[in-house]
Amino acid sequence: MQEANAPLDDGTPGFGIYIHWPFCLSKCPYCDFNSHVDRKVDEARFVDAIITELRHNRELTGPRPVTSIFFGGGTPSLLTPQSVERLLIATHNLWPMTNHVEISMEANPTSVETAYLQGYRAAGVTRLSLGVQALRDEDLRFLGRLHTVGEALQAVKLARETFPRISFDLIYARPAQTAQDWKQELEEAISYAADHLSLYQLTIEPGTPFEKLHHAGALIPPDPEAAATLYDVTQDVCGNAGLDAYEVSNHARTTDACRHNLTYWRYGDYVGVGPGAHGRITLNGQKRATETLLMPTEWLTQVEKLGHGRTRFDPVAGEVQADEMMMMGLRLSEGVSLSRFQTLRGQSISSDKLTHLQQDGFLTRKEDRLIATPKGRMVLNGVLKELLS
Amino acid sequence: MAIATNALAEGSGNAISPAMTDLSKIRNFSIIAHIDHGKSTLADRLIQLCGGLEAREMKEQVLDNMEIERERGITIKAQTVRLDYTAADGETYMLNLIDTPGHVDFAYEVNRSLAACEGSLLVVDASQGVEAQTLANVYTAIEVDHDIVPVLNKVDLPAADPERVKQQIEDVIGLDTSQSVEISAKTGLGIDSVLEAIVTQLPAPKGDPDGALKAMLVDSWYDAYLGVVVLVRIIDGKMKRGQKVKMMSNNTVYTVDQVGTFRPKKEVLKELNAGEIGFFTAAIKEVADTSVGDTVTEDKRECDAPLDGFQPSKPVVFCGLFPVDTSQFEDLREAMGKLRLNDASFEFEMETSAALGFGFRCGFLGLLHLEIVRDRIEREFNIELITTAPSVVYNLYMTDGEMLEMHNPADMPDVMKIDHIEEPWITANILVPDDYLGSVLKLCEDRRGIQQDLTYAGSRAMVVYRLPLNEVVFDFYDRLKSISRGYASFDYNIDSYETGDLVKMSILVNDEPVDALSTIVHRERAESRGRSMCEKLKDLIPRHLFKIPVQAALGGRIVARETIAAMRKDVTAKCYGGDVSRKRKLLDKQKEGKKKMRQFGRVEIPQEAFISALKMDDN
Repeated sequence: MQEANAPLDDGTPGFGIYIHWPFCLSKCPYCDFNSHVDRKVDEARFVDAIITELRHNRELTGPRPVTSIFFGGGTPSLLTPQSVERLLIATHNLWPMTNHVEISMEANPTSVETAYLQGYRAAGVTRLSLGVQALRDEDLRFLGRLHTVGEALQAVKLARETFPRISFDLIYARPAQTAQDWKQELEEAISYAADHLSLYQLTIEPGTPFEKLHHAGALIPPDPEAAATLYDVTQDVCGNAGLDAYEVSNHARTTDACRHNLTYWRYGDYVGVGPGAHGRITLNGQKRATETLLMPTEWLTQVEKLGHGRTRFDPVAGEVQADEMMMMGLRLSEGVSLSRFQTLRGQSISSDKLTHLQQDGFLTRKEDRLIATPKGRMVLNGVLKELLS
Repeated sequence: MAIATNALAEGSGNAISPAMTDLSKIRNFSIIAHIDHGKSTLADRLIQLCGGLEAREMKEQVLDNMEIERERGITIKAQTVRLDYTAADGETYMLNLIDTPGHVDFAYEVNRSLAACEGSLLVVDASQGVEAQTLANVYTAIEVDHDIVPVLNKVDLPAADPERVKQQIEDVIGLDTSQSVEISAKTGLGIDSVLEAIVTQLPAPKGDPDGALKAMLVDSWYDAYLGVVVLVRIIDGKMKRGQKVKMMSNNTVYTVDQVGTFRPKKEVLKELNAGEIGFFTAAIKEVADTSVGDTVTEDKRECDAPLDGFQPSKPVVFCGLFPVDTSQFEDLREAMGKLRLNDASFEFEMETSAALGFGFRCGFLGLLHLEIVRDRIEREFNIELITTAPSVVYNLYMTDGEMLEMHNPADMPDVMKIDHIEEPWITANILVPDDYLGSVLKLCEDRRGIQQDLTYAGSRAMVVYRLPLNEVVFDFYDRLKSISRGYASFDYNIDSYETGDLVKMSILVNDEPVDALSTIVHRERAESRGRSMCEKLKDLIPRHLFKIPVQAALGGRIVARETIAAMRKDVTAKCYGGDVSRKRKLLDKQKEGKKKMRQFGRVEIPQEAFISALKMDDN
C-alpha cells in the first residue's frame, strides 16, 4: 500500500474506481441515495460479488492506471476492515496504481464505526470523509443522524490522528437556520482543523420523508433569498480560513481537493461497482454510461449469475458528453476547456451567448478555460440552461 | 354554420317517396331549451316514437354529431328531421323538426332556423326553471311569430316543481302555460302528448304551392361525396332535380342534383313542396358560396322579392392563433382551410407577430365559436396553439374622414390621425339567484356596464345591462360563472357602436414592446388594467439570470411597472459520478421547456402568459 501525502493532482481527469456499499444502520430522512437498512447482510458474499464485478470491469477497461478509489454508500464504514482490505487487494491486483493513489472512504461518526478507523487505515485507506452533518445536537436529531456532536468530535479527533487526510460534511440551510447561527457553526467546524469540507445546502429530494414533511408544510427550508445569503456566508467564512470553494459545495486548500471527485467534475473515466453504481468508461474511443441494478439482492443474484450487475451500457453521444462535461466542469473553480467541449460537441458555443453571460458577470474566460464566476456558480443551473440550449 | 354530414346519412338510397302537398298536414317546429334541459333527448324520443330509427340504431342524442357538440351539450349546426305522425284524429302529419344551434354566438343562425318554422316547443327543466340563454331564443321565436308550447321536462325528478316553473314562465316570458305538457324525455313519459300538442297547438305553414319558387336557405354543410348540402324551407312553389335555381344575394345559378329529407337517414325525394323543409345538392363547391338566410328561387321564374331579414355573416371577435411549434405553420394553414370548407363564418388571414412568429388573425361569431374552432384545430389536426387575447372590431374614424375597421390592437395607427374610435356595445341578459346578485352587479359595473333593468322572478333576478363588448369578450363569462358558483346564466346581443375614450396599451418586457400583449382599453381603466397585467406577468414570467422590467405604456407614457428580480440561487448542491445521468436529463428537460417558451429578446415568455396576463380578477 502507498503512503499518500504528496501532491495528488496532476490536473488530468484521472481514472477512478467507485465502490458502492448500499447498507445503512438507518435511513436519513433527507437522503435519496441508494441505501438500504438490512441488519443481516451476508457481507462476505456481497464483497465477493463486488470483486467479481471489479474483475469484469477490468476486462473492459484494460490495465489503465488508477488515480483514486472511493468507498461510498450507503454506509461503507459498516464494512469490516478485513472486507475493505480484501476489496483493496483485489483492486490493486487488477489495475496498476499511480503513485500516491488516493483511497477515500465515507464514514459516520457513530461509535460502532469509529472502532474500525485504524483497521481501515491499516488496510490502505488514505482519506476519511466523515458525515458529521451538524454541530448542533438538536439539528442532528432533526436530520435523523444516529450520532451526537460529542461523538462526532471524538471521531474527527481520532480520524485526524489516524489518516493523512480527512474531510467532513455539513448540511446547512436547515429550517430556521440564521446566517449568524451558520457562521458560528461553520467557524467552529473549521477550528477542528479540517483541511477539506463538503458543505451542502439541504435540498428536498423526491421520495424522501423530508419531502412528505415539506409537502405537508411541516418542513420549510429557507427561501432562495435566504439560501443565497447562507451560501454567501459560507464563501466568506471559508475564504477567510483559506478554504476556498474548489467546487460548488467543496472547500479545501488547493492540495487537498478530493482526487476522486475531481475525476467526476473533470469528466474523466470511472468504474462504478456495487448495487446502483454508475460509471463512465471509454472503450475503443467510445464513452459509455454504465449503471447496475439498484436492489442489493437483485444485483447480487445477477452478479453471481452473469459476472456483473449491469443494467445499462449505453454509448454517450458526443454532444451529450459535451453537455455532461460542461455541467460538471463549471462546478469547478478551474472551469472547463472550451476546446475539449468543442471537440466533443462538434461545434462551438454561440459567441453571442458567451458574450452575454460574460458581460453579465456569470462566466469568465482564462485562455481556453471557461469558468463560472462566484456569481455564476450560485445560479449555475440557469447559466447551463442558457449556455447549452 | 353546419359542419359535418349527418352521421347516419347513408340510409335508404334512392327510394323516392310520394310527394305531399297538403299544407294543412305539415307542422314545422323547433325546440328551444337551455343546455342540459333535455332538448336532444326529447328529439331522440320523438324520432323513436315516429319510427324514424330502429332502437338498435339509436345513438344517444342522434342529432348532435360532432364530438364537441356531444361533449359540450350544445348544437353548433342546424339539423333537421322529418317524421310521419298519425295523430289522434286519424290523420297522418308530416312533422319537420329543425334542431337549432344552441348558443348566442349563432344568434343569426338561430333566428333563421326559427324563421323557417311556425312554432316551437319551449323545453324547461322542471326543477331548474328558465335560463337566460332560453330567454334569448324564446324572444327570437316570439319575434318571428311562433306559437309556443311550453314543455316541462324531468318531471320525474324528486326536485321537480312544475307549478313553480310554470309560474316563472308566465312571469318572466309572459307565455300562457295552461296548455303546457309535462314529460320526462328520459323515461318517455308524456312524449305522445308532445306530438299531439304539435299537431293541435302549432299552426300549419302557409304558402303557394303553384307560385314561383321561393325558399329560405337555413343552413349548409360540406359532404365529401355530394359537395355542399343545403338545408331549405320552401315557402312557395317547388324544387326538384334538374331545376336551375338562383341564390338571390349574389345571383349565382346552380342546377339541382338531388332534393330530399332526413328521417334522420337521408332520403331522396322527387320534389320539395311549399311548406316543407328539406335539402338539395347542386354541385356547390364551398359552404362559403351559400349564405344562411339567403333566398333561393328559380332562375327562369324568379319570385317577386327576396325574403326579409338576410344578413351576411360577420365576425365580431378576433384573435390570433399561432402554432406552439413554429414549424407547424403550414399545417395550421391547411387545417384552417379545411375547417373553413364547412364553416364560412370563420375568417382568417395571415398574421406575423414579433413575439409569436407566423400565425393567423381569425374572426369568429363569438367566444364560443372561437373556442370551438380552436378546440377542433387542436384535437382534429393535432396542432397545439397559442391564442392571443380576443379583441372586438373597432371603428376608427380618421381625421381625413376615412373609417377603418381595426381587428387587431397591433394595427392601431398613429393616434394623431384618429378623430375618434367607436366600439361595439351589447345588451346582456343575466339571470342570477338572489344571493349572487350583488357580485354580478359589481362585475357589470366594473366592466363599464349600464343597468337597464332589474326584475325578479321568484328568488331569481333578471338583470339587463348594456356593456361594451370589449369588456366581455375576454373573461366576463368565466368571472360570471365563478362569482355565482355557476348559477348565473348569460346571453347577449350586439346592439350598437358607440364612441369611447379608447387607447392602445402596450406592454414592454425588458424595455421591448411585446406586440401580442397590446390591448385596447378605456382610458379610465388603463392604469388599473396595466397594473394588473404587469403584476400577472411578474408571476407568469419565470426569473431569469438578470432582472426584467415589465411596463405598461400608453404611447410613451409608462402607467405601470413591475420588476422580475434576477434569479438569486439555483445550483445543485450535490453532483457526483452517480448524479451525472439524472442531472443531465433534468437539464435536457429544461432545454425542452425552453422550446415551449417564446423568446423575446433575451427574455423567455411562457405561452400561457399571452392569455393569462389579460385575465382580470375584479377584486
